[in-house]
Amino acid sequence: MAELAAEVRAGDRRALSRALTLLESDETRADALFTALAGQAGRALRVGFTGPPGAGKSTLIEKLALRYRQRGHRIGILAVDPTSPFTGGALLGDRIRMGALGGDPDVFLRSMATRGHRGGLAAVAVEAADLLAIAGFDRLLVETVGVGQSELEVAGAVHLVVVVLVPEAGDAVQSLKAGLTEIGDLIVVNKADRPGAEGFAAEVQEALALRTGVERGLDPVPVLLTDAREGRGVDELMEALEAAASGAGERAAARRAGALKARLLGLLGEGAERRAEEALAGALDEEVEAITAGRTTPRRAAGRLLARLLGG
Amino acid sequence: MAERKIRVLVAKPGLDGHDRGAKVVAAALRDAGMEVIYTGLHQTPEMIADAALEEDVDVVALSSLSGAHMTLFPRVLDRLRRLGLADRLVIGGGILPPDDIEVLTGIGFGRLFGPGTPTTEIADYIRQWVREHRPDPMPAGD
Repeated sequence: MAELAAEVRAGDRRALSRALTLLESDETRADALFTALAGQAGRALRVGFTGPPGAGKSTLIEKLALRYRQRGHRIGILAVDPTSPFTGGALLGDRIRMGALGGDPDVFLRSMATRGHRGGLAAVAVEAADLLAIAGFDRLLVETVGVGQSELEVAGAVHLVVVVLVPEAGDAVQSLKAGLTEIGDLIVVNKADRPGAEGFAAEVQEALALRTGVERGLDPVPVLLTDAREGRGVDELMEALEAAASGAGERAAARRAGALKARLLGLLGEGAERRAEEALAGALDEEVEAITAGRTTPRRAAGRLLARLLGG
Repeated sequence: MAERKIRVLVAKPGLDGHDRGAKVVAAALRDAGMEVIYTGLHQTPEMIADAALEEDVDVVALSSLSGAHMTLFPRVLDRLRRLGLADRLVIGGGILPPDDIEVLTGIGFGRLFGPGTPTTEIADYIRQWVREHRPDPMPAGD
């Protein structure tokens, strides 16, 4: 692993690529690699992009990456797409929309599937981003799929979260549910050429202003309009990200702590489930039979099994 | 969960404007449990090989309907080798005359599939090849 670690540090693309595969496929050796890379976190600004499918995240990221390149930054991009829970496979189709970045040695684009991580996507994304940072990429853009659990997990892996919406989504309040307001540092209304875009952006701004509790007292979340296909609004987005970067530390630290906790709970859950199945094999089947026969309920059965497992 | 998945790059080099076949194969391989990166139309051999490197794929699947395969397919293979990816499976599909298939096989291509090949056949072939040649994406000693 020492040799691979040295190659990653030197920015060797093949080494970086293989290290990312290792991270996804072999926990033991990935651990060894990270031990060899110990303490080399690299300094990179990490920005996550989330929002409903079709909002134009990939196109926006491509344009943003090109602007950043003009400023001399080296860009690492992680494009995350869902693994089918039925087949275990995935169609990783974000790359196709970022063709303008091909052939540039100062851009590294990697597609990743969610792979059914349980609370673990954020951890893998953190480590994948760490590898990109160690390899010398100083602006990392992470794209995640749709809305839901994965996005909240990936929020723990980045400094800033950009929520990308489109005017067609209709009701602004609908767009902002599922935790998007809580995790967004910046909201982008893309496809600003569409009719009603500005009105929609104004509604989003109002909806954000209605947030209560924890969010009160914080700076208002910027709402930007972009037309990614035409490249409009991208400069402003870049400036807004750079401006937000300096203040992002504390919020990001809280999110990362949350993500690590979720990761630990996920690993605990996996381990506990394995142990339970081993220890309770026969008893499990008996309870299933009893439930089927109507003699007990799943909740009561689980309570009994848990008590047995914990010896109390 | 860390696990070994087969990663496949599906690419269309050259000027083909028609990608339904490639998309059908891509979707079928996903349904077979693989992670498929589809790079779309109008890719140069260099872009395809560079993508294969970044994505660390096990398989590069090239599709060609317009007859440019004899110029473009070997260039992809050549670039893959120069990038250190000689140990990956490179296959092709589309309109490929038997004589050309023979030549391509001779320079190091895996199987070449004509139109109408059942996608399950392609998936099975890939799985078998990976089992035999690349069960571990990172062989010991690295």
